[in-house]
Parts: sequence; structure tokens; C-alpha cells
Amino acid sequence: MIDILVYITSGLGALFVLLAAIGTLRMPDQYLRISVNTKAATLGVGLLLVAAALFFLETSVTTRVLAVIIFILITAPVGAHLIGRTSYFIGNKLWENSYIDDLKGKYNKTTHDLKGLDKMEKNDEEAKSKS
Amino acid sequence: MNVHDYLYYIILPILSISSLLVFIRFFKGPSIVDRVVALDLLITIGIGIIAIYSILSNKPTFLDISLVLALIAFLGTVAFAYYLEKRNKND
Repeated sequence: MIDILVYITSGLGALFVLLAAIGTLRMPDQYLRISVNTKAATLGVGLLLVAAALFFLETSVTTRVLAVIIFILITAPVGAHLIGRTSYFIGNKLWENSYIDDLKGKYNKTTHDLKGLDKMEKNDEEAKSKS
Repeated sequence: MNVHDYLYYIILPILSISSLLVFIRFFKGPSIVDRVVALDLLITIGIGIIAIYSILSNKPTFLDISLVLALIAFLGTVAFAYYLEKRNKND
């Protein structure tokens, strides 16, 4: 019974890791590659670790596996956000077919400040009062 | 076909093929961001390989190393992001 669960979880995990690798190779854009990397690979490796925990069925192994999974779940989005932000600052272009760029014109590329919504509203009010 | 054969002949080859595909992106990557992302994914696949290998060799001690690898992957990504941004600032 436990063997069947190990088959299923390890097979699904390997499949998701393979999909993440193919996506990293085939996606046309840095941002799409980061997206594939942080979602599919996290799920795949989590399933592989769960397979190890199911195979051993000991408390010490299960706690270790849970620690690794929680650590990966916490750190993967943070790393993806940081590297995506850096990629935007360096000036990597988006894919030509992706037409939504919410950050266009909002980043000050010399001081690295993000122009927030309140600032934009202020600018609008100043423009209105001037006119 | 027991669990050992399944892991040895199906799961480990799939994981090694995927790490090879990521290696192609690691060498090809047009910008340095691609290389950092590929390196992160390589270390993540390494964690999966360690998990499978600990089942195969029946030694759960190897799972400690996967925690260290996860920490190194996160620190590497954060450090690369920080210094790449800084380098761009000075230009």
C-alpha cells in the first residue's frame, strides 16, 4: 500500500521536474522562465521529498522532510521576486507577444525607487491644480 | 518490479535528463539572469536527486544535505540579485 503511494508521488514529482526543465529550455523570456522555475520545480521537488518521507515512515525523517519543504516554499517566491526585479532593472526586454507591462514608466532606473500609487495621485492633483 | 527498480530505472533517468536540459540553458542563456535562474533550478533538482538516492541507499542521513543545498540556493540567488542590481547602478 505504501509502495503504491511512493510510486505515485515520486512519478508525479519527476514529471513536474521534467516539465520545469523543458520550460526553462523552451520559454521565450526571462520572466516566463522564472515563473516556470519557481512553481513547477517547487512542486516537483516537494513531491519527491514526500516520497522519501512515505518510504521511511519515521518521525525523524518526516520532520526533516517537512523542514526542507517549508524552507523551499518560503524561499522560492522571495528569490524569484528578487531576480525578476533585478532583470527588470538591468533592462531585459519582455517577450514581444506579452503586451501587459504594469511597471512601465513607474520605476526610476537611476534611484531604484518605485513610484507608488499615492505619488501618482499627487502628480495628478498637481496637474489638475495647474490647469 | 519493486520500488528499488522503479526508482533506479525510471525516476533517476528522468531527473538526470531534466538536469541536462537545464545545463543547456545554463550554457546558452543570453543574459546573466538566465544563468542565475538555471543555477537555482539545478540545485533544486539536486535536492530531488538526493531524496531519491537516500531511498535507494536506505540512508535517511542524506536528507540533511538537502537542507544545506536549499539554503545555498536561496543565498546564491539573493546575492546574485543584489550585486547585479548594484553593478547596474554604478554604470
